[in-house]
Amino acid sequence: MNALRRNVLKGAAGAGTVAVAVAAGLLKPTQALADVPRSAFEAKNVGDALKGMGATAPADSKDITIKAPDIAENGAVVPVEVTSGIAGTSAIAILAEKNATPLVADFGLMGGAEGYISTRIKMGQTSLVRAVVTAGGKSYTAAKEVKVTIGGCGG
Amino acid sequence: MAEPMRIRATMAGDVADVKVLMNHPMETGLRKDAKTGQLVPAHYITDVTATVNGAKVLDAGLSGGISKNPYLGFRVKGPKKGDKVVVSWADNKGDKNSAEAIIG
Repeated sequence: MNALRRNVLKGAAGAGTVAVAVAAGLLKPTQALADVPRSAFEAKNVGDALKGMGATAPADSKDITIKAPDIAENGAVVPVEVTSGIAGTSAIAILAEKNATPLVADFGLMGGAEGYISTRIKMGQTSLVRAVVTAGGKSYTAAKEVKVTIGGCGG
Repeated sequence: MAEPMRIRATMAGDVADVKVLMNHPMETGLRKDAKTGQLVPAHYITDVTATVNGAKVLDAGLSGGISKNPYLGFRVKGPKKGDKVVVSWADNKGDKNSAEAIIG
């Protein structure tokens, strides 16, 4: 991913972190530049998570469709489907903005994989579910609000 | 050894639709045990990869924000009926598992 490469080049500190992760066996060397760094998954807010992914200012895009319920009665299992109509989509990341660690997952797509991911995520509370799509080295985003009702009668 | 996974791959036009169900507790490390009040240690899948006929099509990083027993659906353009899909995962405790399916 170009974005990540940019991140690694940013400074010796960044490069050092990756090197340590590789040395510790956390990342296989081949993965180190193809994946979002694990640190992005530990970011406590959306801004830091995006920064960690190397996607600080993704452009809003209408070509990304997020299919998720308007109201999720069970925040532990929220089905989310992301479809990207952007040509050359190489990664789809899913963030639940108000989760303790917003970055839920990042899917790198290659070898003919379509811009489509379907999964189930956990949400701590009502918030935006954000998809960040990487295509041709650029980042695009779209979001959809999901209301989470914990307990109660689905109201 | 981890619990078995379920995987299914079907052709829809020229696109292979792959659905995978992994058995995993996906503990975030932030949840407290109701009885002891202690935090349940983090235990979740961190990496999922998929290949079609040996060529990588998906390389995903996951967090504890994915639901328990993760479901994953993805689509790949190009494969034919009879091609082999392999999906494997690894978790933060070094456990791993994989499953394969023939596209039908």
